[in-house]
Amino acid sequence: MDLTTLLVKGLIILIIFVITLTIAAYSTYGERKVAAFLQDRIGPNRAGPWGLLQPLADGGKMFFKEDFIPAQASKWLFILGPCLAMLTALMSSAVIPFGDTIRFGNYAIPVQAIEINIGVLYIFGVVSLGVYGVMVGGWASNNKFSLLGAIRAASQNISYEIALGLSLIAILMMTGSLSLRAIIDEQATFFEWNIFTQPLGFVIFLTCAFAECNRTPFDLPECETELIGGYHTEYSSMKLGFYLFAEYINMFVSSAFISALYFGGFHYPFMSEISGALENSMGAIAGHNVATAIGIVMFFAKIFFFIFFFMWVRWTLPRFRYDQLMNLGWKTFIPLAILNVVITGAGLLYDFKYATWIIAITMIGMVVVSNARAPKREVVRPGVV
Amino acid sequence: MTKNMTETIDFFKNLTPTGYLFLVLTAITLFSAIGVVTARNPVYSVLALIATFFCLSGHYILLNAQFLAAVNIIVYAGAIMVLFLFTIMFLNLRREDEESKTNVTKMISVVMGGILMVMLITIFRAKSAQVPTFSNTAFNARTGLVENLGQLLYNDYILPFELASVLFLVAMVGAVMLGKREAGDRHF
Repeated sequence: MDLTTLLVKGLIILIIFVITLTIAAYSTYGERKVAAFLQDRIGPNRAGPWGLLQPLADGGKMFFKEDFIPAQASKWLFILGPCLAMLTALMSSAVIPFGDTIRFGNYAIPVQAIEINIGVLYIFGVVSLGVYGVMVGGWASNNKFSLLGAIRAASQNISYEIALGLSLIAILMMTGSLSLRAIIDEQATFFEWNIFTQPLGFVIFLTCAFAECNRTPFDLPECETELIGGYHTEYSSMKLGFYLFAEYINMFVSSAFISALYFGGFHYPFMSEISGALENSMGAIAGHNVATAIGIVMFFAKIFFFIFFFMWVRWTLPRFRYDQLMNLGWKTFIPLAILNVVITGAGLLYDFKYATWIIAITMIGMVVVSNARAPKREVVRPGVV
Repeated sequence: MTKNMTETIDFFKNLTPTGYLFLVLTAITLFSAIGVVTARNPVYSVLALIATFFCLSGHYILLNAQFLAAVNIIVYAGAIMVLFLFTIMFLNLRREDEESKTNVTKMISVVMGGILMVMLITIFRAKSAQVPTFSNTAFNARTGLVENLGQLLYNDYILPFELASVLFLVAMVGAVMLGKREAGDRHF
């Protein structure tokens, strides 16, 4: 590897790291603003213009709180818990391709920290490790409520991981590759975006992503009405901050992952025409770089939409009961995901990409029929007894 | 003495960066594997086992088998060990459980471990199990990648592969049967 390439690569990794942290920090601000908007309030508006310095103020406050370790807790594991949560959250953004290539001179460098041919498996592995931060922290606190929260988190995460993986398998079958870049390149034209070819898979994946991030309506591990505070009951100061921050990083990464897998990543309609026009008018290298920049902007627009969606759902839906959560995961999503895989395979056999619409249409039809056949509420007409 | 010293120094001088990586990784692997056995608290033991699995995945990556490394992490560190930790956290809430470790169990475990060690050493020393030496011509860097593995599994080893999947199915049915609640059973 050339020194210049190495330098640019290092720069890209650093930039992705900084961007991840910045977006996670401003997600906390965004969450409050979205909550305020949905609840008809103003939200944070004191620190800086429009309250924009609020994340900094929050961080400062977190650092100056008393750092407390319970007397009977196992000290090193208590410290390890939040570190693990943060580590796994930050690791996962390494394989996401944020854009096409940057050209300068003879080099073409992909806008991605590392390109490995098993990118999907990498993310899946890192996601499956995310549960350790919660479990270790919850156990080390030596508190029954923390332990219960941790156990809930673990069982929820492993349950939903299965459906998550199965819904991914349909996409892997469509693409025939485990590389995220190959999956994105497959979705070059608008109607080949996986949201159109895999509508059911998308719904399953999105729901499971909510469950994996412990976001409402699946935030039972930190359900304060039953568990006081869940796995981080005993945590204070920046250790608590790490846990909360890791959740926002996870949210950013899953938004990026959803956009990459189902919404074409850095592709947008009429992309090839636009990049062709740019290369004609600005020269091959500059035009290509500008087109890449536009792609990156589009990708981040999709990511921000999904982060907003996460917040929107949080302030709209109430939380599930625990048995409802487990029934939904095991008895609904896993069979549906397996059916999705089978139908996708049958469709691919006959070279038809949109086969899973059959399931979606059948399900919509069943909902309509069951609604129509449900006993209607008696209309009480005055005068008729 | 000095001859040995210079040999050792030469060995370390001639190592490639990958060689150093291998040595460090091996040291960590052995260290955490010993930790699994010696830790008093079962939770620490499980965490050490997870660390061991990570180191093994590192070895897979050094051998250019990325797919195996990722699958090792997902299946062992990500799923099985979570269940281990889960069970141990439920069972052992800070209670020293030394009663089960009687002298007889200790004796038996030492004997069994010794037999396993003798067996492994015999296998590794057998002529037929010697690893062939590295040759530049026969070496293919892409052997461990997922495409080649898939080709191999679905062409040459299709029967063992399918048999293994039947075995998994049987295990799954068994697990469902075990977990099923009979009509008269009480709810927990």
